[in-house]
Amino acid sequence: MELFANQVLAGIATGAIYACMALAVVMIYQAIDHLNFAQGEMAMFSTFVSWQLMQWGVPYWGAFVLTVAFSFAAGIIIERLLFKPLAKAPILTNVAGFIALYAIINSVAGLIWDFTIKQYPTPFGSSPFLGSQLISTHQAGMIGITLLMLLLLFFFFRFTRVGLAMRAAASLPESARLVGINTSWMIALGWGMASAIGSIAGMMIAPVVFLEPNMMLGVLIYGFAAAVLGGLTSPFGAVMGGFLVGIFENLVGTYIPGVGNELKLPIALALIIVVLVVKPAGLFGRAIVKRV
Amino acid sequence: MSAAEEIVTEAAAVEAVPKRAMTLGYGTSLVVLAALILIPLFVKNFIIFQMTMLLIYALAVMALNILTGGSGQFSLGQSAFYAVGAYTSAILMEHAGMNYALTLPIAGIVCFGFGFLFGQPALRLSGVYLALATFALATAMPQLLKLGYFEHWTGGVQGLVVTKPDAPFGLPMSQDMWLYYFTLAVSIGIYIASVNLLRSRSGRAFMAIRDNEIAASAMGVDVALYKTLAFGVSAGITGVAGGLGAIAVQFVAPDGYTIQLAISLFLGMVVGGVGWLPGSIVGSAFIIFVPNIAEGISKGLSGAVFGVLLFLVIFLVPHGARQVAIVAQQLAAKLKKN
Repeated sequence: MELFANQVLAGIATGAIYACMALAVVMIYQAIDHLNFAQGEMAMFSTFVSWQLMQWGVPYWGAFVLTVAFSFAAGIIIERLLFKPLAKAPILTNVAGFIALYAIINSVAGLIWDFTIKQYPTPFGSSPFLGSQLISTHQAGMIGITLLMLLLLFFFFRFTRVGLAMRAAASLPESARLVGINTSWMIALGWGMASAIGSIAGMMIAPVVFLEPNMMLGVLIYGFAAAVLGGLTSPFGAVMGGFLVGIFENLVGTYIPGVGNELKLPIALALIIVVLVVKPAGLFGRAIVKRV
Repeated sequence: MSAAEEIVTEAAAVEAVPKRAMTLGYGTSLVVLAALILIPLFVKNFIIFQMTMLLIYALAVMALNILTGGSGQFSLGQSAFYAVGAYTSAILMEHAGMNYALTLPIAGIVCFGFGFLFGQPALRLSGVYLALATFALATAMPQLLKLGYFEHWTGGVQGLVVTKPDAPFGLPMSQDMWLYYFTLAVSIGIYIASVNLLRSRSGRAFMAIRDNEIAASAMGVDVALYKTLAFGVSAGITGVAGGLGAIAVQFVAPDGYTIQLAISLFLGMVVGGVGWLPGSIVGSAFIIFVPNIAEGISKGLSGAVFGVLLFLVIFLVPHGARQVAIVAQQLAAKLKKN
């Protein structure tokens, strides 16, 4: 029983990584009605930027704030330059654009910072948290930051004028325009926020998985699995899904022999497929009703 | 009011391509065919090998084109089907001692089944989410192939070596040349079958689903069946291409079938023109030769060059090679008039 409890705790700790990513995936889909494939790569690039700033002697929190601001601006610029002209194009063209962006960012990061694995500092320290060997203060801090982001986003979309306008622009663009919302800029704002959330997730994840240009691949897949499990329409579900996926991954690794790190991605895939077959709306999502 | 409006204003996943615009004219097809038959007689073995790969990737790109251009579904997981086909062929040849030509239909059938089954959960997703789910399939595949359980058959990380077949009946041909003509024959057969498929009742059902799912189901098209069927057919053709690829390269290993391959195939389709089957060969040429050119421009930046080129295609010629072909045709017609 103690082994079980410990594994659940460790699962929550790894789950926080997935929760971060799932939150970015779902939140942005809600806000701009599009899912950005290059999200993970953008987060990776931002994390490298913060690492570079720290190498130049900027203190952690200074680099943190600068990076979030940089990512926000970069997200808006990318949207204005590359994706605004594609707004009316078929989804396929957009997916191709995301892939192109993915290739460009990955390759440029590899060129500037090369592919060697780098250590990344944590502001929370890495000593055991509350005397437990399984969860470090960094992981606890990461969980805290994820929940804080969720809370802030909830308030932003619920109680601010801009948040309301963004939701309106995403759900009914025509009507939103009629009441005077600049829907085009709402999308740009969504991109900026996605990029900023991604950069925070990246900086939280980097101390755990280490910094390198391909660090986000597995995390993105797990984040997506978490989002599917929690329900693609629910940010709360996405975070819960992230923790559940982390716990699930740890328990499977402990109790089923022969399942190790090499099976990480197939487990995520199996999870996605099972959820889609058994409960397509996810645990917390609402079923999408289409009028015919 | 809102629900109805949403459906009307929703952007189409893929632009509608009329059925007639999917293929080449009779005369042009013959010219292309003649070129494909004659060129290998005059070039070196290495170029023949590259042309074989060109045909193989063209098959895989065409398979994706049937799925996306035909039925309007995305897939970034084609590398997984390609890998399954390649491994099926390689295992049958090396462990069961089967003739290479016989392994191809088996690879096709195995992949058809695999694709059909994967199509079931994929029904729940559309658009970008489907792309992401298939993306997960593609990234998981190399790890599955490396698994210890299957190592006896798959050779684990090391992979399998496949022997290259000789020309039969004592034909005076090099192995490469024989393999090229063999691949060409298979490709032509599959191309003709695909064109016929798209012109048949099933093909019309695919296109009806692509253009408007609700209208299609109102017309009595079994949407779920045809969507999974499209996945199956596409996976089957990709599997045959994978089998051919294994024979041509003489080697299968998990790291040969990463997400990179799936992305390449997707790019090939976009460059060739979605829904235009002959464009597959143009797209295939793009994914085989452009990385070399990109590496020539800058070694570390080949991915970036690739991405920039893709953006250029999206912005300048959104319909890919099809658009270029149409413009060329119009120019030719104008010249004739003068």
